[in-house]
Amino acid sequence: MDPECSKLLPALCAVLADPRQLVADDTCLEKLLDWFKTVMETESSLHLLQDHPCLMELLSHVLKTQDVSPRVLSFVLRLVGIFAAQEDCFQYLQGELLLGLFGETGALSWTAWNMPSVRSGWIQGLCSLAHHPSALHFLADSGAVDTIFALQGDPSLFVASAASQLLVHILALAMQGGASGSPISEAAAWPICAQKIVNHVEESLHSKATPQVTQALNVLTTTFGRCHSPWTGVLWGRLSPPVACLFERDPIPAVHSLMDLLLSVARSHVLNFAACGLWEMLAQTLSRLSPTQAGPLALGTLKLQHCPQELRTQAFGVLLQPLACILKATTQAPGPPGLLDGTAGSSLTVDALLSSKSACVGLLCQTLAHLEELQMLPQCPCPWPQVPLLGATVTILRLCDGSVDPSSSMGGRLCGTLGGCVRVQRAALDFLGTLSQGTSPLELVLEVFAVLLKTLESPESSPTVLKKAFQATLRWLQNSHKTPNCSDLSPDALLFLGELFPILQKRLCSPCWEVRDSALEFLTHLIRHWGGQADFREALHSSEVPTLARQLLQDPESYVRASAVGTAGQLSSRGLQATSASPENPLAQQGLLMDLMHILSTDSEGFPRRAVLRVFTEWLRDGHADVIRDTEWFVATVLQAVSRDLDWEVRMQGLELAQVFLIQAMGQPSLHCPYTVGLPEATSPRPHPEFLQTLCRLPLFEFAFCALLDCDRPVAQKACDLLLFLRDKTTHCSGPQEAGDSPNSASVEAVLQRWREGEQGQPLGDLEPEAMLAILRSLDLEGLQGKLAKSSDHVEKSPQSLLQDMLATVGILEENEADCY
Amino acid sequence: MMALPYITEHTGFTGTVYATEPTMQIGRLLMEELVNFIERVPKAQSASLWKNKDIQRLLPSPLKDAVEVSTWRRCYTMQEVNSALSKIQLVGYSQKIELFGAVQVTPLSSGYALGSSNWIIQSHYEKVSYVSGSSLLTTHPQPMDQASLKNSDVLVLTGLTQIPTANPDGMVGEFCSNLALTVRNGGNVLVPCYPSGVIYDLLECLYQYIDSAGLSNIPFYFISPVANSSLEFSQIFAEWLCHNKQSKVYLPEPPFPHAELIQTNKLKHYPSIHGDFSNDFRQPCVVFTGHPSLRFGDVVHFMELWGKSSLNTVIFTEPDFSYLEALAPYQPLAMKCIYCPIDTRLNFIQVSKLLKEVQPLHVVCPEQYTQPPPAQSHRMDLMIDCQPPAMSYRRAEVLALPFKRRYEKIEIMPELADSLVPMEIKPGISLATVSAVLHTKDNKHVLQPPPRPTQPPSSKKRKRVSEDVPDCKVLKPLLSGSIPVEQFVQTLEKHGFSDIKVEDTAKGHIVLLQEAETLIQIEEDSTHIICDNDETLRVRLRDLVLRFLQKF
Repeated sequence: MDPECSKLLPALCAVLADPRQLVADDTCLEKLLDWFKTVMETESSLHLLQDHPCLMELLSHVLKTQDVSPRVLSFVLRLVGIFAAQEDCFQYLQGELLLGLFGETGALSWTAWNMPSVRSGWIQGLCSLAHHPSALHFLADSGAVDTIFALQGDPSLFVASAASQLLVHILALAMQGGASGSPISEAAAWPICAQKIVNHVEESLHSKATPQVTQALNVLTTTFGRCHSPWTGVLWGRLSPPVACLFERDPIPAVHSLMDLLLSVARSHVLNFAACGLWEMLAQTLSRLSPTQAGPLALGTLKLQHCPQELRTQAFGVLLQPLACILKATTQAPGPPGLLDGTAGSSLTVDALLSSKSACVGLLCQTLAHLEELQMLPQCPCPWPQVPLLGATVTILRLCDGSVDPSSSMGGRLCGTLGGCVRVQRAALDFLGTLSQGTSPLELVLEVFAVLLKTLESPESSPTVLKKAFQATLRWLQNSHKTPNCSDLSPDALLFLGELFPILQKRLCSPCWEVRDSALEFLTHLIRHWGGQADFREALHSSEVPTLARQLLQDPESYVRASAVGTAGQLSSRGLQATSASPENPLAQQGLLMDLMHILSTDSEGFPRRAVLRVFTEWLRDGHADVIRDTEWFVATVLQAVSRDLDWEVRMQGLELAQVFLIQAMGQPSLHCPYTVGLPEATSPRPHPEFLQTLCRLPLFEFAFCALLDCDRPVAQKACDLLLFLRDKTTHCSGPQEAGDSPNSASVEAVLQRWREGEQGQPLGDLEPEAMLAILRSLDLEGLQGKLAKSSDHVEKSPQSLLQDMLATVGILEENEADCY
Repeated sequence: MMALPYITEHTGFTGTVYATEPTMQIGRLLMEELVNFIERVPKAQSASLWKNKDIQRLLPSPLKDAVEVSTWRRCYTMQEVNSALSKIQLVGYSQKIELFGAVQVTPLSSGYALGSSNWIIQSHYEKVSYVSGSSLLTTHPQPMDQASLKNSDVLVLTGLTQIPTANPDGMVGEFCSNLALTVRNGGNVLVPCYPSGVIYDLLECLYQYIDSAGLSNIPFYFISPVANSSLEFSQIFAEWLCHNKQSKVYLPEPPFPHAELIQTNKLKHYPSIHGDFSNDFRQPCVVFTGHPSLRFGDVVHFMELWGKSSLNTVIFTEPDFSYLEALAPYQPLAMKCIYCPIDTRLNFIQVSKLLKEVQPLHVVCPEQYTQPPPAQSHRMDLMIDCQPPAMSYRRAEVLALPFKRRYEKIEIMPELADSLVPMEIKPGISLATVSAVLHTKDNKHVLQPPPRPTQPPSSKKRKRVSEDVPDCKVLKPLLSGSIPVEQFVQTLEKHGFSDIKVEDTAKGHIVLLQEAETLIQIEEDSTHIICDNDETLRVRLRDLVLRFLQKF
């Protein structure tokens, strides 16, 4: 502990022990504990206690009087736990203090025990303390374990959960000490403490009360999740019969906890599953649970690394069951082979689908989400039934939009239940998008396009459904009939686009801004992907979409304006901007560049301005015709507008644009990666003196210096990086002039100094490149970079500052005692 | 409402018509517009020979498929409209109207349009609710009064939405999108509509939308002979509006925002396309005008004017007419056609919620609502699903409602009530006999004290009066109670009867006095003593029977 803190500690302990002094902020105590923990990692806690008697005084004071606030009591319990984690210190504290705090006559008998924070502190204290065999004896002798059992049912969920965790911790500690080699197969030979816990868990498993069963299951789940020693196998061998008995009860108690336990056991790599009957238990459970309950278990089973194929097939069947039912209810005659051929739809699943709207919607959404998750995983079942799954998903979407003609009465009822159901539509569209990754027959792809068109076109589609439909459409366009080495759109996709653009036009005029926004985003993606393809360009040009998108630059909603800026920028980059310049439309007459400049300098919202800068940066990078016509003017105008902007992200984007400009003129920044093999460095072009003149004129230097002092750290960081880059590139540009050599640079320095002091109104004035370079070299940019890299509260984070703050707060509180506020 | 003159003026109707004030005023506007449109283009002569069935079947479709053409009538005149409206008696929501004392009729807000009503028809012991065009959506009128419909014996349900699959919100969005799309491309928009109703909501949506869609410079024209009255009337029916609009009146602000549209010259209204309109007309624009059938009214002119350009769009919002049939005579048509029917009336989901809430004992509805629409026979959700199943009826069918009138309420005059002496026959139940005159008038029944015993006739006049008064016979006491057979037999034995035999029958007992050749039949509600011409014996036995019964 550093001496400064040592000096402050007695005062702090006095404050904590004083019931009149309120520690207002809980987080201070948490930080204090964190700090003690860090100190304990390197120092002996015994020495610390001996060197700082104030700490012992605080502890004994609390033990004697308990007249401090519950939060200080809780703090003290946890602090003692941290100290006693080291065995020698434990011995030092053992006796009156430890028993007085954690024993039956300790915290349990205090009035403050009613406060959940105190009970939680007691548990956490014990959890920290239980790290050595002496602690185990203490726990066994003090009767703490029985208290922990009781706390498992605590009304505070935090306390109850912590109690269960503590039991697992103690069990693991006991077993760790007891079994060094092979597992003790006889549970009777286990340490007493462990036996006690296991007996308690076993009793709870036999209990008729569901909460107790849940507690026992949670303890076991955590145990198997955390401990992977051989003794866990013995434990499972002993407790799996009572667990299996739970499945015999009707209804099965604590289903979710049971499933968690089975999966936790199955994930453990210590057990011999075949021998311990886990797979049979999983298989039985899958067949016994209701479809909604079995879904998560089936997904968990499929995610397991080593799982018999038979069980995987069964689990996958559970996931497919609802979709198989949907297909069965809606397919005419025998039809194409569906999911789960040969097995009739489980009556349980049918019941779940038909029982009520909420059950049906819940089951379908869950199933679709699970299958979507599964398809992305390496454990995805193979072969993947792409065709029937796609068919079922399309059918679900058609049930939602009412366009399916069901062949059975069940289909008719599903039609009524799912009609216009937004939740199912969203889930189905998400899954449909994921299914685009697989290979599907053409006729089914056409069906997908048809259902997507219907969804996009329908006036009934809600904004969120439309957004999902746009996303799914994009994925299908990207993946449909991919021809090798060709990113072109397939003929079917082109036909689809022909029908899509009129719908897109309508959506761009929607009264709902969310719809206009997602339509624009979708359009931007389309252009980014296929803007270069002749067929696409033709289809786009023959529609009104570009004109409408351009008009949305004046939308009243800022998000829409921002998206419209992105779209217009993309259209322009690809040479697809609206061409029909009508005399009524003043927008079309002036260039897009001027429109965007106008938005940058006048728009009241940040989003459109940020979007403009993103577009401008992209244009500059890609050499857009409007930009390279007069790049200097372009950069100067943008920087001028940006330097006055109140939005830090806009200023940051401005620096990005400046960097692109510099890189284009001066070459890529040199890499300083120590691990890269030193390639012969391509000689970067030395900046032409005239270019430096340009930089001064723009004024890029002024903008960067100004940003260096920006009150928003990311802006300052970016400016620092930019100036470092500039300095690197200009090292060899001029003679060994030093800052302050010329009167010009002296005045700049003076202005910069005033800027630092907060007077940023004054311009730098006309500058000579030499003066700029001199200042650039004189600034300690590396130092600044280091400072900026630290988080803004790095000074305030030190323990010394924490102690000072706590003392100061108490002082202030004292002063304000009489204040009515 | 539009058929009212046909009923009141052509069927010999002599009754009273009950309606709310907005219904009457707006109904007048709708009829006035119709008459105006029809009378604008007078026909020198009208053809009727084609109505002959032999000729009609040779005509092209759809004329040959028209049903009951012989019953078709010419449109009424303004005179007939006025005469029909003069028979209306105005009523307010929740007002109770007595119909001949037989039933009480009460209008309730139905939430569909200004002044639109559902009706409760109730007697003292029965309640029938008649639910017609109603809406649960938040639009301009007062919300639907559901609570008053509770405890109905029968709920007659009609006037559901004509397009159950179209959600009005989605349709309004569609309407706005297509309108903006057309106008932005330099085209005109034509909205065939009625001069009242949904148009108020459409104008309100557009009021919120036009600025955001950059349509502030586009003129909106509302052309109808009653446009001005319709827009102004809507603003003065404050008590019939939804709460939000009502509270605006107290600010004071016009409840509908179309007032501001008119003030700022964004919405202009004209009685017809002649006159001022032709001076102000500017394109591109949006025109609201009638008639939605596209067969008459100013809309015909715009269809002819704009039909040839694909830039223009006609948007159908009224659900009453098939848009394809409406457009048929204008084909080939280049202008775009959009069908956004906005029908805010109840759909089947809302009906099922309503029935759950109101819980009528029986539901009666048109046959069409009890099965899915023929075009979507699988949509089991597009029908009324309730328990017990709804009773259905067809056009012109007479239906016996599924309840019996068991009770009538009868009033007792106070002086008669005073004279009653109730006797407690069971704890909590008292009985009294009443001798009174039942006076029935206008379906109200009153028990009045009986007239005093008739005086001996003193004059002819008196005599005539006394003849009118019913004779009051001396009343025998009423009996109650049951006869315990065993005790009865014991009593008979005590009184010297012997050789008594008791037989059980389905309804009671027969006591046989074999010696006296007499038979006493004791049943639940009657006792017969059958003996051969021995009145003394009968009276003796009767008195013994009466010992076991209470008299009052």
